[in-house]
Amino acid sequence: MPDDDTPRSNTPEPKLVCRNLWKVFGTKPETWFKDQDALRDPASLAERMRDDGLIPAAVDVNFEVAQGEIFVIMGLSGSGKSTVLRCLSRLVEPTYGEVLLDGEDLLRKSARELIEIRRHKMGMVFQNFGLMPHLNVIENVTFPLALQGMPEKERRKRVENVISLVGLEGREDSYPHQLSGGQQQRVGIARSLAVEPDLWLLDEPFSALDPMIRRQMQDEFLHIQSTLKKSIIFITHDFLEALRIADRIMLMRDGMVVQIGSPVDLITDPADSYVAEFTRDVPLVRVMTAADALAPGGAQETPEGLPEVDSTATLEDLLPQMAGRHDSVIVRKGDRVIGQVTPESLIDALAKRTKAHDAAMDEDGSEIAKETA
Amino acid sequence: MTEIRRWVSGGSAWAVLIALTLVLLLQRDALPWAIRFPDGWAVPLTPWLNAGMNWVIDSFGIYFRAFSDQLSVLMRWIRDGINSLPWAAIVALVAFMAYAVSGWKLAVFSFAAMFYMVLIGFWTEAMNSLALVALSVPMAVIIGFFTGALGFASDRADRIIRPTMDMMQTIPAFAYLLPILLLFGFGPVVGLIASLLYAVPPMVRNTTMGLGAVNSEVIEAGSMSGATRRQLFWRVRVPSAMRQILLGVNQTTMAAFSMVIIASIIGGTADIGWEVLKSIRRAEFGESLLLGLVIAFMAMVMDRLTAQIARRDTSGPEALEWARPRVLWLSALVLAIAITALAQVLPFLKTYPAAWEFYPAGRLNSAVQYIVTEFTVTINYIKQVAFFFVMLPVKMGLEKTITPFSWGFAFTDTLKIGYAVAVLALAALSWQRRSWRAAALVIFFGMLLFVGITGMPWPALIAMATLLAYQTGGRRLALGMLAGLGFLLLAGVWEEAMLSIYLCGLAVLFCFLIGGALGVLAAEFDSVSAALRPFNDTLQTMPLFVILIPFVMIFKIGEFTALLAIIAYAIVPSIRYTEHGIRSVSKEVIEAATASGCTPLQLLWRVKLPLAAPVILLGLNQTIMYAIAMLVIAALVGTSDLGQLVYIGLGDGDFGVGIVAGVGMAIIAMLADRMTQAMGGRPK
Ligand SMILES: Nc1ncnc2c1ncn2[C@@H]1O[C@H](COP(=O)(O)OP(=O)(O)OP(=O)(O)O)[C@@H](O)[C@H]1O
Ligand SMILES: [Mg+2]
Repeated sequence: MPDDDTPRSNTPEPKLVCRNLWKVFGTKPETWFKDQDALRDPASLAERMRDDGLIPAAVDVNFEVAQGEIFVIMGLSGSGKSTVLRCLSRLVEPTYGEVLLDGEDLLRKSARELIEIRRHKMGMVFQNFGLMPHLNVIENVTFPLALQGMPEKERRKRVENVISLVGLEGREDSYPHQLSGGQQQRVGIARSLAVEPDLWLLDEPFSALDPMIRRQMQDEFLHIQSTLKKSIIFITHDFLEALRIADRIMLMRDGMVVQIGSPVDLITDPADSYVAEFTRDVPLVRVMTAADALAPGGAQETPEGLPEVDSTATLEDLLPQMAGRHDSVIVRKGDRVIGQVTPESLIDALAKRTKAHDAAMDEDGSEIAKETA
Repeated sequence: MTEIRRWVSGGSAWAVLIALTLVLLLQRDALPWAIRFPDGWAVPLTPWLNAGMNWVIDSFGIYFRAFSDQLSVLMRWIRDGINSLPWAAIVALVAFMAYAVSGWKLAVFSFAAMFYMVLIGFWTEAMNSLALVALSVPMAVIIGFFTGALGFASDRADRIIRPTMDMMQTIPAFAYLLPILLLFGFGPVVGLIASLLYAVPPMVRNTTMGLGAVNSEVIEAGSMSGATRRQLFWRVRVPSAMRQILLGVNQTTMAAFSMVIIASIIGGTADIGWEVLKSIRRAEFGESLLLGLVIAFMAMVMDRLTAQIARRDTSGPEALEWARPRVLWLSALVLAIAITALAQVLPFLKTYPAAWEFYPAGRLNSAVQYIVTEFTVTINYIKQVAFFFVMLPVKMGLEKTITPFSWGFAFTDTLKIGYAVAVLALAALSWQRRSWRAAALVIFFGMLLFVGITGMPWPALIAMATLLAYQTGGRRLALGMLAGLGFLLLAGVWEEAMLSIYLCGLAVLFCFLIGGALGVLAAEFDSVSAALRPFNDTLQTMPLFVILIPFVMIFKIGEFTALLAIIAYAIVPSIRYTEHGIRSVSKEVIEAATASGCTPLQLLWRVKLPLAAPVILLGLNQTIMYAIAMLVIAALVGTSDLGQLVYIGLGDGDFGVGIVAGVGMAIIAMLADRMTQAMGGRPK
């Protein structure tokens, strides 16, 4: 699990900024954005659009992605995840808003500039791989380079290490239909990395794979990221997947952002019942870390000679160590001791978070009851 | 308003129309115009059209001629080019190509098929046909590809292109020929242009469809790889759609070839189609059979070759690992040069010696003659039964057909009353057991059989067809039906149109029943399916002409022969679609039904057939289209319908007559098409 003690989103220059982004499908959606006042209440504006037969797929979306961060977008099917992602690359033309990549507004770029940006700064991976059926593995991977007119020898050299990074050596001459789903997605990943992009977009890259392969691919993905350190936007609707890879998660519903936060925040401090529902099946002990269950008092009064754990250890790891003991466990972060976990503090932390979670679910339950009344 | 709409959608409208028909029939002596549309009421379309055509020829004729002169030059080059090559080189090249795209089997078959043409001594004629195809296919492919791409890129263009293509393919071939002849002059160019017109539509359709069907993620992946618009089209979309596009090339090739053969009817082409036609006309069956085989073989080789290329495309270079395109072309070139050089030394490789030819036409003729005389009684019996008990009643009605001479007794008034009572009883029964629709249908066919399709009053037929169109497809279809039938009526070709419908209708009925049964058997038993496949494949690729030959041989010229030929051609889609429909019923549904205790027969009737119904209906649609296409060709063996009129127009050089009849057939085809489609779309 990535360390989120020093939130990267606080670094001065975010890689990507998305401000007040709207995408409305339908006829003449621009006319709705003339009135600046209406924009202050995006929810009701979107409602009125729906009543008028338009489809607001992204509604006033705001977020930032830091350098090297893995930013995960989640939400139910149809909640607008893919739309937001495609707006960022302008595969879908946003209706309103701003997208800044390295501080430059993408939406102002001409078609030509956009092609240059796609050729050097962005890579994208697709749910169903999007491979060219008529090209073999190496031709697929080098396709973006071929489009730039790079000679064949040089192309092959450029992608040598990408091919080995995704483990496709020896399959260079196969055609997509001769590969398994996992292998095909490796090709998709390799192709998206061929241009050495800074911003890496992945739209449910592992959803079409079966669970075993999916897990393996997640591991490889994390391995790739640990060597390449890209800025990543990753869509999934598998919360456990998000949990494994995300620095931060953005949850969407009906085109709107419901909550942005670390995985633990989402579970332990859900904004509403929708979020709570989403995270309901995740066992708290797997998400919360030793750092989340520190006893009050901090690092001062820690006795000597107790077992020590790292601050990123999950409570699940901690439990066997605590079993049958009445004293505590020392928590370290690097060389520094940051506190201790006692049996009471552990139970307190779990109880507090569970209560918050249940409260969020109840709150909306009563709201629904009110509505139906 | 809604009141009216409900009334029109219900059963009472049918009752009114049936009553109207009865009244018109009972009063037909007083109202002869209701049965036969008076000539004086018809719009004189034919002279207008002829005048228009004359004007076009006078004003623009030179340009057309100039264009056709250019084409002639090009064509002569290709002809001379092919003719200057030794036959051995061409045979070897074709076999080599077959080997390269598929393997030994196809290579051997292609070699044998090509050598057959040499062996019977009709190599030059076959190559003359091939030259036409070799010119028209690339042109059709290029024109078709760009038109298709335009249709894909712009919805507005597509809205124009689509119906135009429908039109170009449904107007019968013969109807094209005359205007082309008038505009472009006599000669092989007519065949070229006709085949171009006929071969472009499949290319356009497949291109538009293929380009549109490319997976959107593939396109997005292309964009994200930084493709410019042009790169996105040529390097992502077109290659991804290549399979469909190549399928278009296959269909275009077959269409072009089939039209090249049909176009030989105008003569002066010295190609294989002309030779076949000549021998059919002279009733030389041995010759027609031997020459028909040449056409059949050419069609098969072309089909297998182009289909194989399409199939191979995305599956990677499996058939021939070594065959990089460059190596392939080079080997072909070397092969051709080597054989041409060798032919300098061994002249029989260039010109096959007449003494080595094998042309057993005479013997075949006597064999056929022998069989026909041996079985005269049976053949005549079949013919007469079909004629008196099936065809004539539908055409002219029982009242004229039942005579002591044909049925062995006279149709007395008592019998007529008995007939009426029987029909009414059957109608009552169907009402009780099924619905008023079934009852209406029974009464309608009862009347039809009594007076025959030509004896039905046209106001009633038009009203009923329009009502049916309204109930199945809504207002637009009803308006289309009214306009289409109105055209047939006012253009003065109503009777011929009814005769076309009669011939097609009978053929389609047979195809649907027999083909459907065969399709069911093929779906249930793999052995039947395997046995039917080559038969179906062959019939589908065969140029329509050739199908006539065996039937003319046995049954001589006449409407019955025409009917059989139409059935032979149009039965294929019925078989194929039924089999496909039943085979694609989901396994789970079948298992569920079996688990609930269905017997195999119940499974078929209650589960498989209802679920396969949409696909079977599509097969019916195709069967109708095929039948109408064959109708014109069948005119060669003597019919009296629109097809015959087209043929007469061509023979007399009467543009107006030919085009009115041709458009009439296209109208019937399109109405039938829309009707069956609407039925398929109607929620049950
Ligand atoms: N091209 C389009 N035209 C019209 N509506 C669209 C279009 N693309 C998407 N939508 C609509 O926008 C909404 C959001 O779609 P989107 O594909 O972004 O959802 P998603 O969250 O990615 O769902 P999934 O998990 O199924 O991929 C949906 O209601 C969808 O129907
Ligand atoms: Mg999506």
